[in-house]
Amino acid sequence: MTTLVTPTATSRVVARPPSSRRRGGAASAKKLILALAAYIVAILFLLPYLEMVVVAGRPAKELLSRNFFPTHFDWSNFATIWSTGFGGNLSTSLQVAGGATIVVLVVALPAAYYTARHRFRGRALFLLLVLATQMFQPAAMLVGIQREFLGFNLPSPTLSLILINAGFNLAFAVWILNAFVSSIPVELEEAAVVDGCTRIGAMMRITLPLAMPGIVTALIFTFISAWNEFLVALTLTLSAPDSARPLTVAINSYVGQYSIDWGHLFAGSLVAMVPVVILFAVIEGRVVSGLTAGAIK
Amino acid sequence: MTSSLLPTAAPPASGHSRRRGRPSRRFIRRAAPLAWIGPAIILIVIVVLLPVVVMIQSSLQKISPDGFVLGSAGINNFITLFGESALSGVLLRTVIWTVGVVAVTMVISLGLAQLFNARFPGRRVARWALIVPWASSVMMTALIFRWALDPNNGVVNVVLHDVGLLKAFNSNEADWLGRPVSALAWMMVVAVFVSLPFSTYALLSGLQSIPEEVYEAARIDGASYWKLYTGITLPMIRPAILVATLINVINVFNSFPIIWEMTRGGPGYSTSTSTTFMFTLKQSYIGESAALSVINFAMVIVIVLVYLRATHWKEQVD
Repeated sequence: MTTLVTPTATSRVVARPPSSRRRGGAASAKKLILALAAYIVAILFLLPYLEMVVVAGRPAKELLSRNFFPTHFDWSNFATIWSTGFGGNLSTSLQVAGGATIVVLVVALPAAYYTARHRFRGRALFLLLVLATQMFQPAAMLVGIQREFLGFNLPSPTLSLILINAGFNLAFAVWILNAFVSSIPVELEEAAVVDGCTRIGAMMRITLPLAMPGIVTALIFTFISAWNEFLVALTLTLSAPDSARPLTVAINSYVGQYSIDWGHLFAGSLVAMVPVVILFAVIEGRVVSGLTAGAIK
Repeated sequence: MTSSLLPTAAPPASGHSRRRGRPSRRFIRRAAPLAWIGPAIILIVIVVLLPVVVMIQSSLQKISPDGFVLGSAGINNFITLFGESALSGVLLRTVIWTVGVVAVTMVISLGLAQLFNARFPGRRVARWALIVPWASSVMMTALIFRWALDPNNGVVNVVLHDVGLLKAFNSNEADWLGRPVSALAWMMVVAVFVSLPFSTYALLSGLQSIPEEVYEAARIDGASYWKLYTGITLPMIRPAILVATLINVINVFNSFPIIWEMTRGGPGYSTSTSTTFMFTLKQSYIGESAALSVINFAMVIVIVLVYLRATHWKEQVD
């Protein structure tokens, strides 16, 4: 196997020496300083969220005291929050984010595949339209969204939120899937067709499995942005029952006019944040190219 | 072993040569793209384009606070909007907010990208810390900062008191979010904080695309570190800087949760930007809010046009 010397393998061998070159003590001292600086930056980025954990674990009696850490931690907020109807909000968020993810997959995948494989009249216009959905955020047209979707009189705001989140995250999915499909040689599909596959069969069995990292990235990204969306959800669930509100709106409602239920607020925030942060770590390296429509790879 | 992956194994693509068929076949071929991209077009029309039409229409209508159309308003909504005494302050703050946050974000992320591009043990783990603010809901991040700035026992005040910079808790001094200028400054800090991860990652991608050989050659010529940075690094990552800047401009201009959760735009409208002002107006003056939305949207279009030029999107599409 290793006797096979392809052009890429040789160029890699040539490229290796400069990068693995070692210098003496000065270099390792520099490395140590860099590492320290980076760790400090990393801790600064984590501090606000660590403080969230501390507040969520503060006993209610100590919410007004001025110590950095409470005398003891009390995690009961994570248990009592479920009696405030938080479970219903969690379920609504799952429906909105899950629904939007499915809609994006169904709508973006064919569009991305076709635009990557075919040149047709109107292709550039279509891609421009897709790009527009990424650049125009709901905030800039909120009044229109509100009046249009209230006019539709849908049975629950969940359905509206699924469509809106799917629409505004379509671009990310189309760009990243388009790039993945383009990078897979069309010859692979053609070989499968020669071997007796239909064209759709070749797409399903050859191209889609190879594009799987792109599909996973698009799905996770859509899920996270729909999960975190706040402004449209706040606007469309104003007159909805409490349980029809997603997590972000529910957490916002812990902010009262005169007092704030900080313990539940941050316990709820942590429950909402931890899963998506873990999901984001999976796709971290591929997000930039989708967000910049391939302008930065 | 993976012979099917070799390009040579693929026969010439003669299986689907294009034939000019009868009109019905030609129609099918013309319509074929629609079957693939049609659903996407429908979704975009319903979710993105129609709201723009409804918004423009609403800006020309007289609408009751509970949403009923009472008739045409001509340009009255715009006249009322421009008569708002708060508007000039709101627009000025929008400019300060957007330009300030994006400029500071880009400068800091240039440094961070450089730092996280260097090789050191534990780099992967350190980079993961960066994605936490990125993946988290912005409104929740804003709320922890609001907690930290509490005049009675916020961590920021506790630290400042411990080092002697803050004389008394619950004082005007300690009430950071109660004073318009300090509130806006702190909210800009939060906006920078949540914008840094994307910007840093975008610039990191730019840095990683620079081939090492370019630096080797310059080093042989004896170029200093600073010379390498200004002479090679910056020009090579210029496209990444440009794209990241414009995306940040759009995000920060449209940003709602930070201001909403920390001050609700108050006291009065003294910390509102045009996005939060639009939201506040919408609660009772829908037509006027739609008028402001139209203006916001026009500003977004200008930014998008600059973006399309900067990214040479047409070349990318081909």
